[in-house]
Amino acid sequence: MSEVVVSVRNLQTTFHTRVGPVRAVDGISYDIGKGRTLGIVGESGCGKSVASYSLMRLIEPPGEITGGEVLLHGEDVLGLPDAQMESYRGSRMAMIFQEPMTALNPVLTIGYQMDEQIMRHTGLARKASRERAVEMLEMVGIPSPRERYESYPHQLSGGMRQRAMIAMALSCEPEFLIADEPTTALDVTIQGQILELIQGLQERLHMSVQFITHDLGVISEISDDVLVMYAGTACERAPTQALIDGPRHPYTVALLESIPRLGQRASRLPAIGGMVPSLYELPAGCPFQNRCPRVTDECRAARPSMRALAPGHEVACFNPVTA
Amino acid sequence: MTPLLRATALRKHFPIRKGLLLRETGRVRAVDGVSLEVRQGETLGLVGESGCGKSTLGRTLVRLYEPTDGSLEYKGEDLLAMRGERLRSMRRHIQMIFQDPFASLDPRMTVGQILAEPFKVHGACPPGERQDRARMLLDKVGLKSSYLNRYPHEFSGGQRQRISIARAMALNPELVVADEPVSALDVSIQAQILNLLKDLQQEFRLTYVFISHDLSVVDHFCDRVAVMYLGRVIETAPKDELFASPKHPYTQALIDAIPRVGAGKRKMKAALSGEVPSPIAPPAGCHFHPRCPRRHDGCERDFPRLVDVGGGHRVACNLYEESAAVAQPRSQPIPGLGART
Ligand SMILES: Nc1ncnc2c1ncn2[C@@H]1O[C@H](COP(=O)(O)OP(=O)(O)OP(=O)(O)O)[C@@H](O)[C@H]1O
Ligand SMILES: Nc1ncnc2c1ncn2[C@@H]1O[C@H](COP(=O)(O)OP(=O)(O)OP(=O)(O)O)[C@@H](O)[C@H]1O
Ligand code: SF4
Ligand SMILES: [Mg+2]
Ligand SMILES: [Mg+2]
Repeated sequence: MSEVVVSVRNLQTTFHTRVGPVRAVDGISYDIGKGRTLGIVGESGCGKSVASYSLMRLIEPPGEITGGEVLLHGEDVLGLPDAQMESYRGSRMAMIFQEPMTALNPVLTIGYQMDEQIMRHTGLARKASRERAVEMLEMVGIPSPRERYESYPHQLSGGMRQRAMIAMALSCEPEFLIADEPTTALDVTIQGQILELIQGLQERLHMSVQFITHDLGVISEISDDVLVMYAGTACERAPTQALIDGPRHPYTVALLESIPRLGQRASRLPAIGGMVPSLYELPAGCPFQNRCPRVTDECRAARPSMRALAPGHEVACFNPVTA
Repeated sequence: MTPLLRATALRKHFPIRKGLLLRETGRVRAVDGVSLEVRQGETLGLVGESGCGKSTLGRTLVRLYEPTDGSLEYKGEDLLAMRGERLRSMRRHIQMIFQDPFASLDPRMTVGQILAEPFKVHGACPPGERQDRARMLLDKVGLKSSYLNRYPHEFSGGQRQRISIARAMALNPELVVADEPVSALDVSIQAQILNLLKDLQQEFRLTYVFISHDLSVVDHFCDRVAVMYLGRVIETAPKDELFASPKHPYTQALIDAIPRVGAGKRKMKAALSGEVPSPIAPPAGCHFHPRCPRRHDGCERDFPRLVDVGGGHRVACNLYEESAAVAQPRSQPIPGLGART
């Protein structure tokens, strides 16, 4: 494997809510090599965004990172002084947020916000940074970029806002990029263009990427490895093709089966039966037990930990599906 | 039969203002002459590239935006002329699920309050029962009722999206304009929500305008599809017909570009070349001509109308302008194009 850039060790993030602590991320570990892409998939609410915010140290009270390490080239960013973290954020590590409006200021123009970011991290003067911003807006396929530079966020369409944020995150050429559902609001043609842009930058800068998406089509196009999450935990990790060809965790199997396919004529889509357990009332043992067709007594008694079934293919399950 | 909703030559332009005097220096032609019908009980899919005007059209259809021009009828009645009490009661029947749940949920209200709000506004349900109804709604979208006392920021993106779906469904509306309602959801929950929307439709004869950029979801969920490009509808057809034989070169490219699971890591092909045009300065003639692989002589000049090519399939492309005059039987391929494989 190539040189490891990002190494997440047993990360744990807890929200201290009114009704008690909630472990939104409960001990996940993974590595991302230089120039490599890790895709993360998992059901809504399973902790993908919270894990990403944790890596960027953007968790706010009542949330707290309660354990683990996040190593960037061997240096634990969780232990960095705030000022240093501030300078890493945006330049060395950047994040594309799932909901653009969480990251964009509604009362400032897109251009102003991009300029601030570019000037802070690259030292370019305003005029040069403006050129760079317009160029980035053009690269993410926003028509009339000069006019759009002057727009406020609400004057852009949903997909344009998302792209403006992508432009902002990429403008400083980070070595590690976290993309949280970066193409959810985008149609396939523009999505293709964005993925190409990210891949292009990746080739040129050997950027490492953590790519969160629920679109398994996109995952298979862009990522080298995939991490599957369930209720705050990791349940399977494997090279992309191996995961798609031979998923071993019962949840992954169900997930792959529920993809609507073009031309599929069933009147109802196959959903995974049952509900994700609330993080407030997680059962002892395997978090997937209440929906799992392969559940045994062992699953109710103990939490399965990740173990390798094949080189690079790890599964947290007592009764993995046979390959 | 009168359609539930009929839009005729609908336009919504946004002025671009500059300088201290905020002089109008141009216009964003977000919706630029859309005519369409939504029939009672059907699901009309609205697809098209980012920025083509889908959300603006959706908001105009539910009267959240005043159109710049054009007319809008609901069950044959002029929707734009409605005022006061009449409009208020109309609003109860026409709901919208917004594309950006983060921005559309009030951050100072708990989920319980958000879901009880529609009942309060329309006096629809006795105060004592509102919390129960709210709990039921949450349950329907697959969220625990213990979430009622939490605030929007305490949820994940997909959970927030489901809250806004629950809110739109609170008053048993007749027409729901759903703007990318499942885009933030993983496939399994997406399936759960789509199944729920289908059940509600069957139970209450609901009508949907379903905005989505995900064509496989549209293929599964919609009865008819309208494809938009730069503020206009350029093709509409029954769903099966559209996916089996798309006529407009843009629709063809769109369907071609759908990523497929298991295709392996590879360079995505750029399905459409050429610069994405801007609704601030749309190209003359057919708006699509600068990017069109089948462009021919007249396209830079002639503005194609939406014409019927048979079987309820309408397309706005100069390739079909003549063929429309002689009504084509449905099975016969259009000269020079043939059926795509
Ligand atoms: N501020 C908060 N307080 C309490 N709980 C929170 C808070 N933020 C997130 N959570 C909970 O943590 C869990 C993980 O949320 P997260 O946003 O990481 O999910 P996700 O995997 O990104 O889901 P989605 O695909 O829907 O975006 C969710 O159950 C959510 O309700
Ligand atoms: N309030 C506004 N003021 C000015 N321009 C606007 C406003 N709302 C939308 N626009 C512009 O109108 C055009 C159409 O936007 P709209 O949001 O309808 O697109 P969309 O098809 O929904 O795109 P997406 O798929 O990205 O959500 C865009 O160019 C957008 O910038
Ligand atoms: S550990 Fe048991 S319950 Fe969990 S996924 Fe495996 S078989 Fe199912
Ligand atoms: Mg998320
Ligand atoms: Mg939109």
